[in-house]
Amino acid sequence: MADLCAVGKAIPKADAGEKVVGRSVYVHDLVLPGMLHGRILYSERVSARIVAVDTAEAEKVPGVRAVITAENTPEIRFGFLKDNTALKKGRVRQYRDEVAAVAATTPEAAAEALARIRVTYEDLPAVFDPEAALAEGAPRLHDADAKGKPVKDNRLRLPWKVEAGDVAAGEAASAFVAEGEYEAGWVTHCCMGTSGCVASFDTRDNLTVHSNTQIPSLAKNDFQEALKAMGVKGRVRVVNTAVGGGFGSKLDTYAYEYIAILLAHRTRKPVKIVFGREEEFVATSPRQPTRIRIRQGCDREGRLTFRDISMVLDNGAYTSWGATTPTVMMMPSTSLYRVPNVRFQATCVYTNNTYSQAMRGYGTPQVTFAIEANLDELAETAGIDPYELRLKNANQAGDVTPQGFRPVTCGHRECLEEVAKRLDWTAARARPRSTGRKARGVGMACLMHVGGGAKIYKSDGCGTMIKVDDQGRVDVFSGSMDIGQGLDTVLRQIVAETLGVPVDYVNVVVGDTDVCPWDVGVHASRSTFVAGNSALAAARTVRDQILSFAEEVLEAPKEILSLRDGQVVCSEDASKNTPLEKILRKAHFATSGNTMFLAAEFFEPATDLLAGDFKGNFSASYAWGCHGVEVEVDTETGHVEIVKYVAAHDVGKAINPMLLKGQIYGAGLMGVGYALTEEMIYEEGRLLNPNFRDYKILTAADTIPVEPVLVETDDPAGPFGAKGIGEPGLVPTAPAIANAIYHAVGVRLRTLPMKPERVLAALREKAGEP
Amino acid sequence: MEEVVRFTVNGEAVSVRAGAGWNLLRVLREGLGLTGAKEGCGAGECGACTVLVDGAAVNACLFPAPEAEGRSVVTIEGLAAREEAGGVGRLHPIQQAFVDHGAVQCGFCTPGMVLSAKALLDRSPEPDEAEIRTALAGNICRCTGYTQILEAVRAAAQARREVPRG
Repeated sequence: MADLCAVGKAIPKADAGEKVVGRSVYVHDLVLPGMLHGRILYSERVSARIVAVDTAEAEKVPGVRAVITAENTPEIRFGFLKDNTALKKGRVRQYRDEVAAVAATTPEAAAEALARIRVTYEDLPAVFDPEAALAEGAPRLHDADAKGKPVKDNRLRLPWKVEAGDVAAGEAASAFVAEGEYEAGWVTHCCMGTSGCVASFDTRDNLTVHSNTQIPSLAKNDFQEALKAMGVKGRVRVVNTAVGGGFGSKLDTYAYEYIAILLAHRTRKPVKIVFGREEEFVATSPRQPTRIRIRQGCDREGRLTFRDISMVLDNGAYTSWGATTPTVMMMPSTSLYRVPNVRFQATCVYTNNTYSQAMRGYGTPQVTFAIEANLDELAETAGIDPYELRLKNANQAGDVTPQGFRPVTCGHRECLEEVAKRLDWTAARARPRSTGRKARGVGMACLMHVGGGAKIYKSDGCGTMIKVDDQGRVDVFSGSMDIGQGLDTVLRQIVAETLGVPVDYVNVVVGDTDVCPWDVGVHASRSTFVAGNSALAAARTVRDQILSFAEEVLEAPKEILSLRDGQVVCSEDASKNTPLEKILRKAHFATSGNTMFLAAEFFEPATDLLAGDFKGNFSASYAWGCHGVEVEVDTETGHVEIVKYVAAHDVGKAINPMLLKGQIYGAGLMGVGYALTEEMIYEEGRLLNPNFRDYKILTAADTIPVEPVLVETDDPAGPFGAKGIGEPGLVPTAPAIANAIYHAVGVRLRTLPMKPERVLAALREKAGEP
Repeated sequence: MEEVVRFTVNGEAVSVRAGAGWNLLRVLREGLGLTGAKEGCGAGECGACTVLVDGAAVNACLFPAPEAEGRSVVTIEGLAAREEAGGVGRLHPIQQAFVDHGAVQCGFCTPGMVLSAKALLDRSPEPDEAEIRTALAGNICRCTGYTQILEAVRAAAQARREVPRG
C-alpha cells in the first residue's frame, strides 16, 4: 500500500476539543423554549392487577400540565415482539413498569405530582426463575401475544437452534470430554450520561425527538409507528445530542421515549425526560443473564471433536434485544476454534424479572466464558497444555465454519502466539503452585467476533453523502453515529486520505435523520467497517467527479491523475500538478457542465441474513483475539489482583491506533468488572443496589495494566483493511481470568462475578473446610 | 426558601438566586448556564459534577448552595487560558493533554476528571502513579478504562514542569 497520510495516524478525536472545555451539549443540557419536565411513576408491585389509578390530586399541583396513564392515552406497543406498551394497562409485571407520567413546568412540580398519584394494586403470583417459569402451573406473564392470539405458557416462540455435523458421533469419537454449567448474572452499561430525550411537536404535528439513540434511522421508524398508533399524521425527525455512552444500551427504543412523545403531544410543549442514576439502574435494560450448559470433547491428540451448548434464558416480562443474543452467541459456539460437530440451542422464558437489552458483546461474553473456561477444563482432563490445545484447533483463513462463516483473513494464531510470548507462558505454567498467602497464575482465552458488520436485519448497510465545496472543504453526511467511540474521526481520516486533503478540512455530520442517509445502527462493532466503506465509496465517487473535471482542464487522462496533499497530481508530468482549490474554483465558476461535487453511496455488505437453519456468512469479515492474564490471588481475602494483562486483537488495519487502543482499554476494564466485581443484586424482582456505592464499577484506582497488541491482517473487504473492534475487548476477559485463577489456586469458578466471597468459598471447599 | 448567593466563578463575581434546597451544581448549571459540570448520580459517587472550590475538588451535587457564599469556584469553562488580545483561549495543558492522548471518548466524565486532575497537580506538581490514581478514583469513566487518562495527567504534569507558569 502506498504511503498513507491520514489513515493509520493517531490523531485526536474530532470533538475532543469541545468536550474538554465542557461545550458539548448532551440531552441533559438541552433546554428548549417552553420546555416541560416529564417524570414517570413506576410500579410499586412486581406482579399485580392495577385496580385503579387516581390522578385527581396530582393534576391540581401548580405547574402540572398533564398527567397520563394507559387509560387516557392511545396504546403504543413496542419491542420486536410488540409485547410491551408505553404505559401499562390493567396489570404490572415488574417493578420498572411505567404506570403513569406527568409533565410540569419544574422538576419539583413533577415530583410533587408523582407523589400524589394513588395506585391501587391487587397482588398476583410471580415467578423469578426461568426454569420455574417453564414448569406446569407457573404464573403466566402474558395471556396473549401482541396480535391477541392466546399463549399457553411462558416460553417464547423463538427458533434459536443451530446444528452442524453429528454431535453424537463426535462425542463417541472423543477420548476426553468436559462438561459444565456456567452462570453470569445481570450487569449493566452504567453510561455516565443517563437516558433521556426531549420530544417536541410543531404546529403541524411533526415530531422532533432530541435523542442519544444508537439507532437514529430505526428509532425514526419506531416513532413514526407510534404516531400512527396515536392517530397523528406528522413526520418524524430524530436529532442526536452528544451521547454520554452507549455500549448497546441505546439500541432499542424505550417506554420513556414514547411517554415523552405522548406528553409532548398532550401539552403541545417540548417535554424532557432525563433519568436519575437510581432510575437508570432500575428502569433501563441490563445485559442478558445466562446459565449455560456445555459439553465439548477432543480426541487423544487434542483435536476438538464436538461442542454442545444449551441454555434457558430469563427473558424478563417483556422482550427486547436480550432475547436475540442467542443469534450472536451461536457464532463462537459453532465457530470459535475448528470444531466439526456442533449444536446450540436456547430457550427464552418470561419471568417477572427485569428484561434485557443489547450490551457490548451481545451474548458473546457470556457464552465465551462457558466455552473458554470449559476448554481449559478439557485441556486438564486430556493432559494437554491449554495454549497447545488452542493452537492445535485455531481457526484459519479460508476456513468455512460449521455455521457457514467464511473468514478471508484470520489472526487467531498470531494473537495466541503474542499472548504466549508476552506472558512467557511455558515458564509461567511450569512454576509450582504457591502455598503462601498470595498465589500467582496465568491463563488465556480467545474470542471470535464479527469484524465486517452483522446481517441481523434485512439490511446491514449504511449510506453516506459527500460534498466538496469550492474551497476544498468537505462535508460528510453519514447514517452512522458517534457515541464516543471515534466514528467521527475515523470517517474524517478515510475521506481525507481518499481526497488528499488535510483531516481538518473534513467535517463529519451525523445524528440528524432529516439530513443523513439510512444506517441500521451503531452495533456489532460495525461502524468503522460499514460506515467506513460507505464513506470510502462516496469519497471515491466524488474523487472521480473531480478528476473527470481535472482531466479536461489539465489535458491529461484521468488514469494518471490523483489527489494528494491538497493537489491534483499528474504522475507522468509534474508540471501539470495543480492545487486542488484551483480546479474546484474553476468548476465552481464554470458557465456550463457539472459545477458541484456531490456524491451519495450506500454500502451493503454481501452477506447472508441468517434464518431458518441459521447457516450462512453473516459478516463480511471476522475478528479474532486472545487475552492472557497473570493474576495474584490473595487466599485470605479472596481478592484477585491483575498483575499483567495482554490483549491481542486481529484488527485488520488500525485506522487510528490511539482511538483503537481506547476501545481495547475501555472494553478491557469493563470486562474485568464483568469478571470480578459487577453484579446487579435482585431479590424477587427488586434491585437492591441501584447506585455506584453498591454496584462495584471499577475506578482509576483499579486501572489494570493492559498491553494491547494490534495484529494487522489487512482484510480486503475492510476500508483500508480494517475490521471492527468496539466489542471484542471484553469478550474473553472473564474466562482468561477464571483460567488464571485456576492455575494460581486450583479452584474452578463457574459463576460471575468472581468476587472475593466466591473465591474464598471455593478455596474453603477445596480445602475440605465447611 | 430562595436565597441569593454571592461568590466568584472563574474569576468573575456573581450573584445568583438559588432555589430552596439547591446544590452548587444546580446553581452553576441552571443559575449561571455553566453546563460543563454534569449530574451523573446526584449522590456524590461518580464525580461528573466535580468543580474546584477554593482550589479543592468537590462534588457540586453534595455542596449546598449557601456554602458557596464568598468562595472562589472554578468550573471547566474557566480553565482555558484567556488570550490577552481577544481571540480564542488556548487550552489548559491538562485539557490539551486529554485531547492529545485519547483520554476523551463520550466526554461526559471529562470536565470532572480534568478538574480533579487540576486540583491534584496544583497541590502536588510531581505526583507518582499511586497519587494520580487516588486523586482520580472519585471520577468514574465507563468509556476509556482510565489508561489514556492517566497518561494524559502524567503528560500534563510533565508539560507544566517544562513551561514556566505565567
